[in-house]
Amino acid sequence: MTTPLTLRSQAEALAAPLPPLLAEAEHLASTVLLGDHGRRRAGTGDTFWQYRPAQAHDEARSIDWRRSARSDANFVQDKEWQIAQSIILWVDQAASMSFRSDDNLPTKAARARTLGLACAILLIRGGERVGLTGLRLPPRRGEAQLMQMAELLSREEETDYGAPEAQGMLPHSRALFVSDFLGDIKPIEEALLRAADRGVGGALLQVLDPQEEAFPFDGRTIFESMSGALRHETLKAGDLRSRYLDRLAERKDRLQQLARITGWRFQTHHTGESATNALLWLYGALERNT
Amino acid sequence: MWSIGSIGFAAPWLLLGLIALPILWILLRTVPPAPIRRRFPGVALLLGLTDDENQTDRTPWWLLLLRVLAVAAAIIGFAGPVLNPQNAREGTGDLVILLDGSWAGANNWQSRIDRVETLLVEAALADRRTAVINLNDLPVGDVPFAAPSEWRNRLPNILPQPWQPRDAAAWFAQNDGSFETYWISDGLDWDGRSDLLAELETRGSVTVFQTPRQTIGLRPARFENGEVIVSATRTPIGNPLETSITAVGLDPAGVERQLVTVPLGFNAGEPVAETVMVLPPELRNRITRFEVTGTRSAGAVSLTDDALKRREVALIAGRDEREGLELLSPLYYLREALEPTADIIDGTLSDILLANPDVIILADVASLAGSEGETVLEWVENGGMLLRFAGPRLAASDQGRNQIDPLLPVRLRSGGRSVGGAMSWGEPKTLAPFSTESPFFGLPIPDDVTVTSQVMAQPDPTLADRVIAQLSDGTPLVTRNLVGEGQIVLVHVTANAEWSTLPLSGLFVQMLERLAVSTRPTNPDETELAGTTWLPNEVMDAYGRLEDGSALPGVAGEVLAGRVPGPDLLPGLYTGADRQIAVNVIDTETVLNVAQWPARIAVEGMQIVRETALKGWLLSAAVMLLLIDVIASLAVGGRLRGPRADVAAALALLLMWAPDAQAQSADDFALRATSEVVLAHVVTGDAETDEIAEAGLLGLSQTLFRRTSIEPAAPIGVNIETDELAFFPFLYWPVTADQPLPSREAYAKLNRYLRTGGMIMFDTRDSDSARFGSGSPEGQKLQAIARSLDIPAIERIPPDHVLTRTFYLLQDFPGRYASRDVWVEAAPINAEQIEGMPFRNLNDGVTPVIIGGNDWARAWAVDDNGRRMFPVGRGMSGERQREIALRFGVNVIMHVLTGNYKSDQVHVPDLLDRLGQ
Repeated sequence: MTTPLTLRSQAEALAAPLPPLLAEAEHLASTVLLGDHGRRRAGTGDTFWQYRPAQAHDEARSIDWRRSARSDANFVQDKEWQIAQSIILWVDQAASMSFRSDDNLPTKAARARTLGLACAILLIRGGERVGLTGLRLPPRRGEAQLMQMAELLSREEETDYGAPEAQGMLPHSRALFVSDFLGDIKPIEEALLRAADRGVGGALLQVLDPQEEAFPFDGRTIFESMSGALRHETLKAGDLRSRYLDRLAERKDRLQQLARITGWRFQTHHTGESATNALLWLYGALERNT
Repeated sequence: MWSIGSIGFAAPWLLLGLIALPILWILLRTVPPAPIRRRFPGVALLLGLTDDENQTDRTPWWLLLLRVLAVAAAIIGFAGPVLNPQNAREGTGDLVILLDGSWAGANNWQSRIDRVETLLVEAALADRRTAVINLNDLPVGDVPFAAPSEWRNRLPNILPQPWQPRDAAAWFAQNDGSFETYWISDGLDWDGRSDLLAELETRGSVTVFQTPRQTIGLRPARFENGEVIVSATRTPIGNPLETSITAVGLDPAGVERQLVTVPLGFNAGEPVAETVMVLPPELRNRITRFEVTGTRSAGAVSLTDDALKRREVALIAGRDEREGLELLSPLYYLREALEPTADIIDGTLSDILLANPDVIILADVASLAGSEGETVLEWVENGGMLLRFAGPRLAASDQGRNQIDPLLPVRLRSGGRSVGGAMSWGEPKTLAPFSTESPFFGLPIPDDVTVTSQVMAQPDPTLADRVIAQLSDGTPLVTRNLVGEGQIVLVHVTANAEWSTLPLSGLFVQMLERLAVSTRPTNPDETELAGTTWLPNEVMDAYGRLEDGSALPGVAGEVLAGRVPGPDLLPGLYTGADRQIAVNVIDTETVLNVAQWPARIAVEGMQIVRETALKGWLLSAAVMLLLIDVIASLAVGGRLRGPRADVAAALALLLMWAPDAQAQSADDFALRATSEVVLAHVVTGDAETDEIAEAGLLGLSQTLFRRTSIEPAAPIGVNIETDELAFFPFLYWPVTADQPLPSREAYAKLNRYLRTGGMIMFDTRDSDSARFGSGSPEGQKLQAIARSLDIPAIERIPPDHVLTRTFYLLQDFPGRYASRDVWVEAAPINAEQIEGMPFRNLNDGVTPVIIGGNDWARAWAVDDNGRRMFPVGRGMSGERQREIALRFGVNVIMHVLTGNYKSDQVHVPDLLDRLGQ
């Protein structure tokens, strides 16, 4: 339903107003790949760092003649050592995400994809490398990566509730999980703990439909999951409201708790709200500590 | 048709279906409403939650009741219920439908005809020959049997008559044949009714249709002790009854009007009620008939004739100086004779003539002053009657000796004569019998009436024609001359007992009556009316409507004397030679009795009950209930909540559409008033005042626009009852004497306005004529308006008030008038003037009111072309005054908008500079 092209253009539109996102760049050493994050020391890179006297091992072509001409010694121009951050995205593509309570609202999946890709665009513009979890798309940079990512994100899964894959996460990289987190919490928990083991930090964004928050139902109702696999019948839906809301709050609380343990950040976003708010929050969450 | 009470059923066996209702109840009760399927990703969180209570798997009882009612309504509806089912009357053979057709039935004649029509319809269904007979209008010949449909066409021609039936039994006796009778009775008993009933019963069965209605008859009004007594009679049935009687007559313009209406109450069980009308004679003489209000029947109308009319008689005597001798007064006997039947006027002749009496009696008045005589003569020629009595003065005067006095019918010989006295020969004379031409003809002459003195008439060729009463010796006693439309009558003796015993006798009173000086007794007897012919003036139909009777033939006096209306004597007003007689349906003795029927006669009510099929109603009720059930089921099933709530919202929006439009106009007003500074005036309701106020504020707005940084939009008229005042910083209120006081809500609004910083400028516009304390109408109105307003203590504008310097430096506040009486809120008591400062330190508040009467609006007013609408003062000084008025206006608005800004001491140096100190 969402073609990669429209998804891309939507994401571009959403990402346009923001400055390039610079992800936190800690422990760059382990991912020795070139990026735009200066290491405050000499190394390979594009920007000028310092002039130093030429030493014996320096090749003659590396001598900066313009500088050397102003003095008697030869000088070599050092560049700042720059590396890139890797960010892994997981956007839930399960059937539960394709829910929307009102024709005027986007589906949760659409919102999640847009936000995820917008983040990716920002990060790539910022010079980061962005990929998807689970070895489907290793972190790379460049526009082509975006195209590929958009295509992969447009696919939908058959299962009711999605679970993140912790595979393919580079140590000390960063990750972004976008889902409704309504399914079984176990896989999420595991994935988060594994990510934390590898030193991966990041953000959890829970995307919910307003109806999932309000539970405005009454009377005899059979609730079905999106694929129809799960069902629950009640005679007085109105009576379930408070207990459902309790459980939802409990779920959010659990996610918050997990995030606190693992050093992630957690936020709930509703499809009825503006996507920009969520993107701003993501910006803040991924920019942390820089 | 099977029926319960007044409801019948076409298919009663369908009602057995009602037995199934309890089963339906049980069935429906166990079936819960169908569930809704909902896709909901949050279901994972719901797993494991159970319902608290299980009772809702049954349908709620009220929903069940709704459904059962719907089904019951449908079952009963299909059973074909009919309200008031009509069972067709059975019967065969000929049918006679009798109508009493008297005035008593006129009031609801149409319902009787409707009843006859339904009977005819039934007769047509039964295929019976029918005759409809109005007992008051019996057909000639045989009983006119015909097809019922034919009679239905003739029904409109059957009309009630203003009398009671007679001789009906005899008419039926001449016709043989047997038939069944339906008798539509008017409810009144009449002579011969039982005979007719007996006659009819020999022919077949009789059914009577009669309503126990009350019939009211109005008896002729009578006159007692100066009051008109109106009495009415009714069929003596039970309850007290309140009605009213209206007297109808011509007003001075000749238009028929209701002159007076009095209530009339029957006590319970009483057949007769009386009430009293007290009327001035002028009004009373105008009455032509009395009516029972709201009843259309000849019995409820009573025509009046001469019996109620009372003549106005003026008495003038020539010997007023002899006080105390009542019995010798020339007017004593006249007064005694006339008082019961006439209205007597006293006074001087010139005053009396203004009242235009019917009769003027001059007792022993010899001559009238020249101009008076001419006026009296003119009055006589216009129909007045001058009755003169002789006496010593007339006898002693030369009046009418040598020439004919126009105010005397004959010439008189000097001195008169005296017979039968101590100093004279002969016996006192008695009266000769009246001749046939005399108006007194027929009056018995008592033996003891003797005449001892008289004035004598000059023998004359015309004398014989003018004598209408004479003594036994042939000398005239009463002479009469017709002058124009009136007449002059001379009685040749005194009006007291000095000259004759005539005033002591009953003959005197009768003679006065015959002369139409006083009114005659009510009922002329047959002998009196014998041989006369009376012309109907107006006749009355059974509904009590009056019609012109001039085309009808005259009625013999003998018939009229009976006063019993019938085909030969229509009720109405009959005119004879010199009087009118009214023939009414009800006379003073009439008693109204309810027609009582023997127990063997079936009596039915008059009302026609129509069949009403209830099927449609019940089926629609069932459908409505089912519709309600749909909504209720949706509500119970939760389908009205949640995602479909927008439907309900849309419905609610639809309902709220109308108020929205009103809110729109209120919004427009608010926008207009608040998007720019707007001066406003209170709409007083007086178009001119409002127009001037608006023009004045326009002029002030233009001045402000030109001279200051205040740039107001066009002024607005504010209705304090309906409009919001909070938008306006300033209200100009021209006070008019006749404007209504604001309502309670408006007062609340005004007080809120004043408290929250608004300013009202009251302008009584009367400074030219009023001063402080003098109560001009506008001033009183202002007091009335301000009584409920929250106005602080006020004082005349002090010379250091901030109004004197908010923009211009002013000490005068003129408008079109230049009064100094302009009042504002008083300064606080502790405000002290500091040494060396030109004004006190008054730091707070804008005065909420300015009260004055200088008519500022007229001074400010400009028309559409910007020209001044009203002149102010004269010449250049007037223009100067207008300029000051405008400056005052500018100051006021500045004060309103900037408050006490100019009161701040910061401005003191500048102001001192400008004040030249």
